[in-house]
Amino acid sequence: MRKILEKLESLDRRIIFIFIGLSIAIPLLFPVYTDFSVTAPVEGFYDAIEELSPGSKVLVSCDYDPGSMPELFPMNVAVFHHLFSRGHKIIVMQLWATGTLLAERAMNEVLQEFPDKRYGEDYVNLGFKEGREVVMVSMGTSIPKTFPTDAQGTKLEEIPLMQGVTNFDDITILMNISGGLPGTKEWVLQVQSRYGVKLGSGCTAVSAPEFYPYVQSGQLVGLLGGMKGAAEYEKLVQRPGTAQRGMDAQSVSHIVVFLFILIGNIAYFSVKGKKKRLKVSR
Amino acid sequence: MWETIGIWLGAFLTLCIFSFLYKDNPFYKLAEHLFVGISAGYWATLEYHNVFRPNLWDPLTREGRLLLIVPFVFGLMLFSRFTKRFSWLSRWPMALIIGIYAGITIVGYGSGDLILQIRANLLPLYTDHWLTSLNNILLTVGVITGLIYFFFSKEHKGALGAGAKIGIWFLMISFGASFGYTVMSRMSLLIGRVYFLLGTWLHLLE
Repeated sequence: MRKILEKLESLDRRIIFIFIGLSIAIPLLFPVYTDFSVTAPVEGFYDAIEELSPGSKVLVSCDYDPGSMPELFPMNVAVFHHLFSRGHKIIVMQLWATGTLLAERAMNEVLQEFPDKRYGEDYVNLGFKEGREVVMVSMGTSIPKTFPTDAQGTKLEEIPLMQGVTNFDDITILMNISGGLPGTKEWVLQVQSRYGVKLGSGCTAVSAPEFYPYVQSGQLVGLLGGMKGAAEYEKLVQRPGTAQRGMDAQSVSHIVVFLFILIGNIAYFSVKGKKKRLKVSR
Repeated sequence: MWETIGIWLGAFLTLCIFSFLYKDNPFYKLAEHLFVGISAGYWATLEYHNVFRPNLWDPLTREGRLLLIVPFVFGLMLFSRFTKRFSWLSRWPMALIIGIYAGITIVGYGSGDLILQIRANLLPLYTDHWLTSLNNILLTVGVITGLIYFFFSKEHKGALGAGAKIGIWFLMISFGASFGYTVMSRMSLLIGRVYFLLGTWLHLLE
């Protein structure tokens, strides 16, 4: 037993990698679709959209990159789907240059289910704008001056959906898909606290603990934290996607990580205890 | 056709990156260098088409908005950092950028983080529901003891020391929660890649 524990203490990290890889691949290949509950912050996010009157203009800022795609893309798709299914108008924008293509891809995926939705009438993509917080503050004064054209170069005054949209007063709710900085924190600090706009956030799991206090304070109407948040939201909007599919793999891989931490600690303390006893006997 | 080539290339590069888990090798280096090079090129092109042309060049040359010469000159001054003799010129636009940014963020942090978060922590300790009361008590104790831990003007002894110790416990629990979320985030990224390899590339998933 001691020999095994000693070996475990100096276990090759590549063996751990193999176990982690298998714990992800096997549940993906043979899913059992374990059930999970929906948490209050996700419910808040969902309810905020449900409570809007049909035809509301919703601003969705897709501020993420391919690096956070597995977590944020499913929630981006689910948000677009939810908004269209409730008959809302979507104004898309990006503060991350890499978010442009991902937002377009998410929109194209959802449009297959809503072929009647027309560009310029039901949704519009304002595109990417450099300037981070300066863009946010500038939008508070004038959206058409901050984004004179949409992503395709069409002037905003020529787009029917943008008629009457001057600043945040004309936006019913703002939904931010946040991969980092600039993202939810900046939207909360620069826009929600200044202009009192309703704000919901979908963020990576890494940044979720930082944003939960904003839910508690009411600065965020809801929060989708990482792939788990995306899966809960997919469940609520009844549109199973890649996030729900990944939940089995999440659960199994977490169990494997937990077991490795447990075994590593047992091995460490027993070997340490043995060394101590040897020292005392000498 | 092009989509298939893209998928195979994506799968090859993913496997190249994963090969680092075994040990550093030329395939990993190839993928790493490709990523850095393509990212730099992509960013430069994107900034030119999305920022420089629509915000400065086109309004200046086509619409004749001559006032834009000022930010143009300020922008050029930033490049003076490449020469020792004129590098001082870059301080002017830098000062402008830092000043504007600091002004904007201070207002945001003051109103959004400081005041609203303090207000959100002023909670009743006794409510109609025992669970809400417990939550509020835990939150209040956590905030106060956490603040005591970061109070260094007096030695952590006696009541102050006890408060600081409780504060450490709250901090450790929050670090644990953050670590848990970080693990979840990293697993999600791996799930995304494995999903791509097994599903999009090998068509093994339903």
